[in-house]
Amino acid sequence: MVPVSHVLALSVILFGLGAAGFIVRRNIITIFMCIELMLNAVNLAFIAFSRYLGNLDGQIFVFFVIVVAAAEAAVGLAIIIAVQRNRQTLSIDDLDSMKM
Amino acid sequence: MVAPLFYIFAGLAIAAGLSVVLQRTPVYSALSLILVLCSLAVIYLLLGAEFLAVVQVIVYAGAIMVLFVFVIMLLNARAETPTDRSRFARWLGLPLLAAFLGEVLFVVLAHFADTPLSSGEAFDGGPRAVGELLFRNYVLPFEVTSILILVAIMGAVVLAKKQL
Repeated sequence: MVPVSHVLALSVILFGLGAAGFIVRRNIITIFMCIELMLNAVNLAFIAFSRYLGNLDGQIFVFFVIVVAAAEAAVGLAIIIAVQRNRQTLSIDDLDSMKM
Repeated sequence: MVAPLFYIFAGLAIAAGLSVVLQRTPVYSALSLILVLCSLAVIYLLLGAEFLAVVQVIVYAGAIMVLFVFVIMLLNARAETPTDRSRFARWLGLPLLAAFLGEVLFVVLAHFADTPLSSGEAFDGGPRAVGELLFRNYVLPFEVTSILILVAIMGAVVLAKKQL
């Protein structure tokens, strides 16, 4: 049987990849996908602990995270479409009008 | 049988995750992300979360990623070009991130070193068990979530209108 530490390590690695992509990438859609990757890493940790503790509550939490991610994707992609329509760009370097 | 499958799909998830971050073209990132989500669904199955494994494939790999690919195609997103600011973020942000996550990884590996995942008794993560818990103990959050989705639908329609 797999030890808990290995599942949690996979979760940490995936979260790190998502966060690294969030920092490195410049395309707003790719950054959004990196956020989804981080959400999935957290879901994996929830399910690993749910199994480890023999408690289903963690899985309910994952269910809600998936629902919120779906809502977030719908609104976020609508915002991206509006940004592209008004600014004709997808690079976050060009979207700095709220910067001092 | 569970352990080899877990390591195969964990490796696949990490490789595809690397591909999500390293690809310059958004479509390739999206396709790699679908691979990550599907291998995570297999791992959920191995961890006894049958219902969530199916939800992961249907909702995440199905609905959400179709939306992503659709928007990428609609906006005709091309490969990005590196800029000065992205280099700055790379040299400052990545070492800090690596240090922080290395620390978390160390704590996880030290604290749960050889703890087995389950004590051996049966664990039911099927639709019946999850559904009973969801509609018995978590009815109110479930209903509030439906309002959240309604608001998200209306928000998406308003935001994607011709004139904002």
